Amino acid sequence: MSAIATRRKPPRIGDGPVFRRSLIGVVLVLVAILILAPLIIIGVEAFSKGWQVYRDTIAHPDTRHAIMLTVLTALVAVPVNTAFGIAAAWAITKFDFWGRRFLLVVIEIPFSISPIVAGVAYLFVYGLQGIFGPVLDAYGIKILFAIPGIILASMFVTAPFVARELIPLMQAQGRDLEEAATSLGASGWRTFFAVTLPNVKWALLYGVVLCNARVMGEFGAVSVVSGNIRGQTNTLPLHIELLYHDYQAAGAFASASILALIAVFTIIAKVALERQGAGRVRPRAPEAANLAEKAS
Amino acid sequence: MRRNVLPGLPLSLGVTLTYVGLIVVLPLAALAFKAASLGPEDYWRIVSSSRALASYRVTVLSALAATAFNLVFGLALAWVLTRYRFAGWRIVDAMVDLPFALPTAVAGIALTALFSTNGWFGSVLAEFGIKVAYTPLGIMIAMCFTSLPFIVRTVQPVLEDLDPALEEAAQSLGGSDWEIFRKVILPLLTPALLAGVSLSFARSLGEFGAIIFIAGNQPMSTEITALLIFIRLEEYDYQAAAAIASVLLLTAFFMLAVTNWMQARALRYTVRN
Repeated sequence: MSAIATRRKPPRIGDGPVFRRSLIGVVLVLVAILILAPLIIIGVEAFSKGWQVYRDTIAHPDTRHAIMLTVLTALVAVPVNTAFGIAAAWAITKFDFWGRRFLLVVIEIPFSISPIVAGVAYLFVYGLQGIFGPVLDAYGIKILFAIPGIILASMFVTAPFVARELIPLMQAQGRDLEEAATSLGASGWRTFFAVTLPNVKWALLYGVVLCNARVMGEFGAVSVVSGNIRGQTNTLPLHIELLYHDYQAAGAFASASILALIAVFTIIAKVALERQGAGRVRPRAPEAANLAEKAS
Repeated sequence: MRRNVLPGLPLSLGVTLTYVGLIVVLPLAALAFKAASLGPEDYWRIVSSSRALASYRVTVLSALAATAFNLVFGLALAWVLTRYRFAGWRIVDAMVDLPFALPTAVAGIALTALFSTNGWFGSVLAEFGIKVAYTPLGIMIAMCFTSLPFIVRTVQPVLEDLDPALEEAAQSLGGSDWEIFRKVILPLLTPALLAGVSLSFARSLGEFGAIIFIAGNQPMSTEITALLIFIRLEEYDYQAAAAIASVLLLTAFFMLAVTNWMQARALRYTVRN
């Protein structure tokens, strides 16, 4: 990137000092208003009632419980989605089978679906009005308005995260190394851990970091299936809404500041991983098209 | 097709299909089934009720406005980030991803605090008689925030790969900067811009968390479709929720098809250039 900037001799278009400065100025002002200011206001509002209120909110049992539940959800949903992402990437990039392109599109579906629709959809599977609801109820198993529902809805919205990082990279790397390893007698697992994994570790971690951020912050889908029971099924984002509508704005922002901090760390991790080459393989997002071209 | 010697197809494909089936396909099929079980008359009555129509209207119009704004702003931002080097550009580049990383509920309360009439920006705008929070303008701003990265991140790589020789050739032919931008660069960016636009628009149509705090949520005026579904659920009107959710679901599938088509096109152009 910087090489391009320094290499050129004749000025490229839009490089006139007046235009350049004014465009940078306008863009930076808009970035400050639309992106930076929301981040700053969270901190300002969180401490608007003083350090004491902030500490009390964070230390409150309901907030504590919301944090625990959010962490628990991430601890289940992220590893499961990681395992799924690895399996999907292995199947899709190492083999040719009928319906491969279609499977790719299906994996990406959750990205296109409104979180509310996702929540409603789960209601019609596990809710009393749903397919399995009555049976589950007869056996006393509670999925909706309980922790399993929250985890399932989080798994839906983040299902593609790891797979979409791994698939384009593993596609680009081909199958030669794995084929060499197995022909030399390595087992499938050994091939994966010794050959494939070292080549994709940064992309894998990249997917995991983004997946985690989304799981911890998911609001719409979880708010449909959680039932919003304070101190029981409130994740951190739901807890923020509850405090906010309870006219405890400072408390809401204090809770929000935890999630904002996670977002900032996510971005730092993302930049660090991009320096290792993660997230660079694709011309952003069109992996489905990429595969389609290679498959044809 | 060449012979494949690698192991693990049954296991990896089995895991993938089971997971996709249980986590993604089953719930969506259940929703479709529920909506279909309504019968055409009831279904039509619910999805074409005046309150539902008003919600589609405000959702689609706000999404269109937000996408149009992001098209211009996103392109300018991508341009600045790839063409110019200034102090802190790396930080700005990293910040572009903040809307993806920041939970929507957090973004929602932050934007509301900024744009309500006693907020930093809301109070300034109020002096000009512009009200943002609790109006469709607020919905638009929330949508702008959440969908901005889509356009920046689809256009940025294309801008980076643009061959300077094209501009030099156009300059040597005597084109002004604006002419070169419009006739040489913009056509090359168009596929990526369209791909970004369709992603951004699709995301805006389904957005919920960031909007509900700032929208005011008045039926017929500032109530988005996703919220109407939520309200029907709280009223235990599951059939109406299913029907309206199915409208959003169908729209999402349509947008998915459009997006895939746009991205395939964008990629063909990227590869060729």
